[in-house]
Amino acid sequence: MLEIKNLHARVADEGTEILKGVDLTVKDGEVAAIMGPNGSGKSTLSYILAGRDDYEVTDGDIVYNGESILEMDPAERAASGVFLAFQYPLEIPGVATMTFLKTALNAQRKARGEAELMTPDFMRKVKAAAAELKIDAEMLKRPLNVGFSGGEKKRAEILQMALLEPKLCVMDETDSGLDIDALKIVADGVNALRSPERSFLVITHYQRLLDYIVPDTVHVLYKGRIIKSGDKELALQLENEGYSQIIGEAA
Amino acid sequence: MSVTELRPRTPAETALVQLAEAAGTDEDARRAAIEALRREGLPHRRIEAWHYTDLRGLMGRRLGQGQAVEAIAEKAAGPAETVLAPLVAGSTVVDLDAPDHAVAPAGVTIAATNDLSDWHESPNHLDRPVDTVRLVNAAFGARAAKIAIADKAEIGSPIELRSGIGTQSHASVEVSVGDQASAVVVERVEGGGSPAPSSLVSHLAIGDDAEVLWIIDQSKDSDAAHLGQLNVTVGANATFKLFLLNAGGALVRQEVHAVTKGEGSQIIMRGVNLLEKDQHVDVTTTLRHTHPNTTATETFRNVVTGGHGVFQGMIKVAREAQKTDAKMACNTLLLSEDGDFSAKPELEIFADDVQCGHGATAGEINRDHLFYLMSRGIPAAQAKALLVKAFVDEMVEELEVEEAIAEALTGKIEAWLEKSH
Repeated sequence: MLEIKNLHARVADEGTEILKGVDLTVKDGEVAAIMGPNGSGKSTLSYILAGRDDYEVTDGDIVYNGESILEMDPAERAASGVFLAFQYPLEIPGVATMTFLKTALNAQRKARGEAELMTPDFMRKVKAAAAELKIDAEMLKRPLNVGFSGGEKKRAEILQMALLEPKLCVMDETDSGLDIDALKIVADGVNALRSPERSFLVITHYQRLLDYIVPDTVHVLYKGRIIKSGDKELALQLENEGYSQIIGEAA
Repeated sequence: MSVTELRPRTPAETALVQLAEAAGTDEDARRAAIEALRREGLPHRRIEAWHYTDLRGLMGRRLGQGQAVEAIAEKAAGPAETVLAPLVAGSTVVDLDAPDHAVAPAGVTIAATNDLSDWHESPNHLDRPVDTVRLVNAAFGARAAKIAIADKAEIGSPIELRSGIGTQSHASVEVSVGDQASAVVVERVEGGGSPAPSSLVSHLAIGDDAEVLWIIDQSKDSDAAHLGQLNVTVGANATFKLFLLNAGGALVRQEVHAVTKGEGSQIIMRGVNLLEKDQHVDVTTTLRHTHPNTTATETFRNVVTGGHGVFQGMIKVAREAQKTDAKMACNTLLLSEDGDFSAKPELEIFADDVQCGHGATAGEINRDHLFYLMSRGIPAAQAKALLVKAFVDEMVEELEVEEAIAEALTGKIEAWLEKSH
């Protein structure tokens, strides 16, 4: 599914290097968790996967389903199945949520050479997915994310993910700002989407999320490199011992 | 008698006076206006109210291109090319050149009049001792109409005002809206141009507890010049809503001057200026709060793909107008390095217990927003178009008008965006 090879990247404006040789492989159907202390480059990695041009890749490659995606813009990556659930989903006044969802869905279908979805089919799809995530119809009538609470925004991200049916889901600190009930709803939404053809990269600070979205592999990102990989036990070890032990071992 | 200024007229001013002389019938009022136009000439950048729109220079470029005055006049007098559907289906269309009471719905009277606006003083305190828009209007022999809406009348369908579409048109209209009445009025400013301007001077008097939505839909052809002025008085506890759309014209100045006439009056102004290459579009507004407890919100959003845009907004709060709550904003989206926009918001406050504010912003499309939309698979061009549309559609949403009107306005905006992107 995804192969990140010796990825080096820096902030395009000022040149600060953030990723210093990330190597990571995610198999089809795998849920890989990326953990790491603040400032280790977790969010940067997620933005670079989605194609944000504030960052510049200086070395290495991102190979997705056998092809490098470095030359693709964010929309092309999305159409090929990459999805980033934002840590802080943006409020976009003036863009109606439903218009946005339909535009995105049909733009992706068009890019893949599929027929556009007609309004009744689209509405049915949205209603079903929204009900699963306990998103009420009133919320969908508002402009995109405008006035949504933190929890509502995260649920709206999962709704988008469910509708767009991506192959690689990158989830950037999806647990931040969620109370335990909201966390369960979001995790259930994610778990419902798990399949042998769909992979997840779950980025988080805390082990807590991984109680609900149980990962196949856990990787520790520190100072722009993966310094340790393991299975879900590694997350528990981090929870008990903190990052310092592992950082010490790696140094 | 004062001493006449000795400055020689520019060729453009001379041409404008000749065009005015050729424009219509010989009446005393018109002769006086032409004489004043000859004497005063056109305002230039050293007149504060015209600082960003140097009419003498800009008009000079339009009139100074060697076209014979006769040829311009002939072209201007050409017949209307098409019959336009009203902006909102089911509107009552009033031809200001030949106002006909027969079209009036119940509660409305429509009549011709000879009363033109007084051009001897300007509603803009930063202007000259004469009012340029009114002066041009009178000098070119504007036709005048009076429309009266009775007390308590609720006029369901919009009244659409037109004058001389496809020709060089000059009109003046006085609309009075009675106490507790409600109405929607559309100024439809369309049509082709001659190098000389068309003009429309409107007066709106809103009675107590009445509500008026006034729409100025300016979509002149790309070679046309237009001078517009709307003067409004807002009664006690009355609401004046304005939507101003500038989506055309080569050289346009639209003024709006509103004053409160009682406590509790409310002014809601929203506008969209859509600008492309070779255009100069100026919106100049003054709001005068003269009574306690009045409110105003005024927001203009501008999309600039080229050309020059101007916004001058003045809010004046008189000493007795305590508890005034007035806010003004001018936000510009610059989509090209070839265009520019000048914003000059001003507050003049003499009361001590008020809330007033203004802000002006200019920038490009928000990169974070663009990335978010693209990360969902929306291609760059489509994502940008969506964000530009959202930026201006918000002005229509904030007006909170009935759906058919909102759709007509967003439709106009969308047509422009599709054409220009």
